Formats: sequence, structure tokens, C-alpha cells
Amino acid sequence: MNPVQQAIVWLNDPLNWSIPGGILDRLGEHLTLSALAVLLGCVVAWPIGLWLGHTGRGGGLVLLVSNVTLAIPTLALLTILPLTFLGFGRPAVVVALAVFAVPPLLATAYTGVRQADPEARDAARGMGLSGGQVLRRVELPLAVPYLAAGFRTAAVQVVATAALASFVNGGGLGQIIRAGFGLDIAAGGGQIIAGGVLVAGLALLVEGVLALVERAVTPRPLRRARRAATRRAADATAGT
Amino acid sequence: MSLHLSYRAAPGNPWFSWQYVRDNSDTILAALREHTWLTARAVLIAALVALPLAVAAYWFRSLAGPILALTGVLYTVPSLALFAFLAPYLGIGAITVLTVVALYALLVIVRNALAGLNQVPPEVREAAEGMGYGRWGRLLRIELPLALPGILTGLRLATVSTVALVTVGVVVGRGGLGQLIFAGFQNNFYKAEIMTGTVLCVLLALVLDLILAAVGRMLTPWLRRRSS
Repeated sequence: MNPVQQAIVWLNDPLNWSIPGGILDRLGEHLTLSALAVLLGCVVAWPIGLWLGHTGRGGGLVLLVSNVTLAIPTLALLTILPLTFLGFGRPAVVVALAVFAVPPLLATAYTGVRQADPEARDAARGMGLSGGQVLRRVELPLAVPYLAAGFRTAAVQVVATAALASFVNGGGLGQIIRAGFGLDIAAGGGQIIAGGVLVAGLALLVEGVLALVERAVTPRPLRRARRAATRRAADATAGT
Repeated sequence: MSLHLSYRAAPGNPWFSWQYVRDNSDTILAALREHTWLTARAVLIAALVALPLAVAAYWFRSLAGPILALTGVLYTVPSLALFAFLAPYLGIGAITVLTVVALYALLVIVRNALAGLNQVPPEVREAAEGMGYGRWGRLLRIELPLALPGILTGLRLATVSTVALVTVGVVVGRGGLGQLIFAGFQNNFYKAEIMTGTVLCVLLALVLDLILAAVGRMLTPWLRRRSS
């Protein structure tokens, strides 16, 4: 049997799905870890990005954050954080993944506010709105397409990166691949490929679903901006 | 929880240790060499494949969509999954790592090179045409030099992310500095080993980025003149 046939057999075995530590368990872990990490990333990155964009300062900082995180290997953070006060287990993995969600979220929040029409901003000021009100009522709504694009990039990246949590026994679908490698190629080839199909399929599925959501939340006149935002978000990150 | 507290209390396991670096300089240098070599080869291969692809997408508009879509889909596929697809066929070793990281670098270079080429002003293109340049002459003498900043940005991004990505190669036993990081984790959480691998990784990315930035400055003297 070649590895692909082995993989099909492995995926067709109901036991591999339902057993504790099987596909369904791992899928649940994968989605929980990713969701928590993206949430944490949003909570940290959006307020900072919006505020920096509002004040017009910190463009260099945004660039620096994305450049530095690009150079830090995911594997390093995943192994270092459990040894700090975070301890072993879910919190350390979530924080490690969230670090890689921050650059696209931060960059899009920043540019989203920066690109707001200066005339709209001036008009709002002229109407007597305070700085915080301008941010909340004018700049934030105009930044929504950018925020959505950044969210999508970050979420897909986190789902892809979460596969690496398996290196520190952090759970997730990557665990299936790692277990296959543990069996060595000849015996585990099928399981390795099956795990790869699951991980890649989930990432592509999340990408597709979020692309639809992003389209739905972007008002028609702003769709041109959305495309620019997607490119911006993608540029802020490379490598998973 | 108790486990890490006991490790924190233990004075024998610091994050940074010259002792470790001195005692294991051979292993560390071998890992660094492997990492640098894998990165350099991967980026070179990716560039050699990516530039013709970018030019093809630039010349034939109908190709741009599919090429960008394909590289985009590839980019969505997690690195560990790509290892999973290739390892059963390419085996455990450097070839698999090289293929995976080169595929990711490919996308970054294609996208930036295409953006660079598309930025060439139409007037310039028409002027070159008027001066009798053919398609190839125009590409080599005018369009590629003008697209150089974009191409170099792509190369720099690709290099930095490749350095980080190579570490995932530990899954097939060839992760360069990732090997140190992972071995440190498995070896009773040997912090100095993990940290040395990490710091060298970031430094390597920084050094390679600076080298490429310097090369870019040398290759595009006209940009410097304009700004000064």
C-alpha cells in the first residue's frame, strides 16, 4: 500500500475519529486553542493599533513589531513560554500563538484608522466631537473593512501555526502528524499524510469561511478598500 | 505548575549560560552552519523559480490570477502539513526541509516581484518601446532594474521568514538551530540550549537581512542619489 492509500484507510477507520485523543478530540483542542489565541490577540492589538492610528504616531513601532515577530521562530516561543511563569499547558500555547496574531491585527487597525478621510475627521472635529468620539464614531466604522481583513489573516495564521503546538504536547491536530512521525515513515506514513490533510483542510476551510464573513461585513462602497487591506494584512506577515 | 516552580528555583538551569555555549560550541556551530546553509539554498532556489513566474505573470495578465491564487493557497497550508505531505515521499532529511521552506519563500518573492514590475510607469514602458527595445531588452534593461526595490523587499521578507521556518524541520530531523531548541526542551528543559538556539536564530535573520539590505543599496545607486 502506498502512503496515500494508507492515509485513506486511516481516515476511514471510525475508531481513529472517536477514540480519546482521536481526530474529534484534536479538532476540538485545535479550535479552542486558536479561538483563544485570536481573541487574546484582538484584545491586545486592536486598542493599541486604533489608538496609534488615531494619534498618528507609532507607524515605526507597528513595522518593528511585525518585523521582529517575523524573525522569531514559533517553535522557540512554544518551548520558551511553558518554562516561564505561564507554566505548562494551554495558557503558554495560547500566548505563543497570540504573539503571531498580533502583527496583522495591529497593522490593519493602524492603517484602518490612518486611511480614514481627513475631511470626515475634520468635519467631526468641527461638529465638536472630542478625540475619543472621533475615533469611536468616525474612524472606527471606516476602519471595519481593515479590521475584518486583519482578523481573517490573523485567524488563518493562528489555525495554521497551532499545528506546531504538538511539538510541546500542546494538543491540536498537529498531534496526529507528530504521532505518525513517531512511528517512523514506513509505518506511520499514512497517518502523517492523513494528519496533514486534516490540518491543511481546516486551514483552508477557515480561510474560506472567513473570506465570506469578511465580504458580508464590508459595505459595498468600501470593498475596494477591503482588497487593499487584505494585501496590507498579508504583507505584515509571512511564514507560518 | 509545581514542575516549573522547582525549575525556576533551581540555580543550575539559567536562561543564558556562557558555560553551555563554550562547552557545546561544536554542536552549536554545526547547527548554525546547517541553518544558514538551508536558508541560503532555499531562498536561492525560490528566487530562481519565482522570478520567471513573476515575469510570466507580468507579461501574460491571464496567468497572474492563477499564479497568485496557487501561491496563496499554498501559503494557507500550514508548514507542518506540508512536511506531512512531502516526508513520506522525500524521506527524512534535508531535501524535505529545503522543499517546504522554498515553497513558502516562493510566494513572498513572486508577490513582491510582481508588485515591483507592475509599478513600472506606463510612460517609461512606452518610451522604451519607442526607443526600439524588444520585449526581452525592455525587461532586462528597464523593467527589472526598476522593479529591483520590490524584488529585494520580497527577498528580504522571504529570507527572514525562512530562517524562522527552518526550525520546523526538526520534525524530519533537520531543523538547524531548531534542533537545539527542541533538544533543549526534551532534554529536561535545558533553558540555556533553548535560548542559545533562539537568539542565534533571530541574529541570523537580522544579519542576513542586513546583508541583503546592503546588496540592495549597492544595486540601486539611483535611489540613494535621489534621496540625497
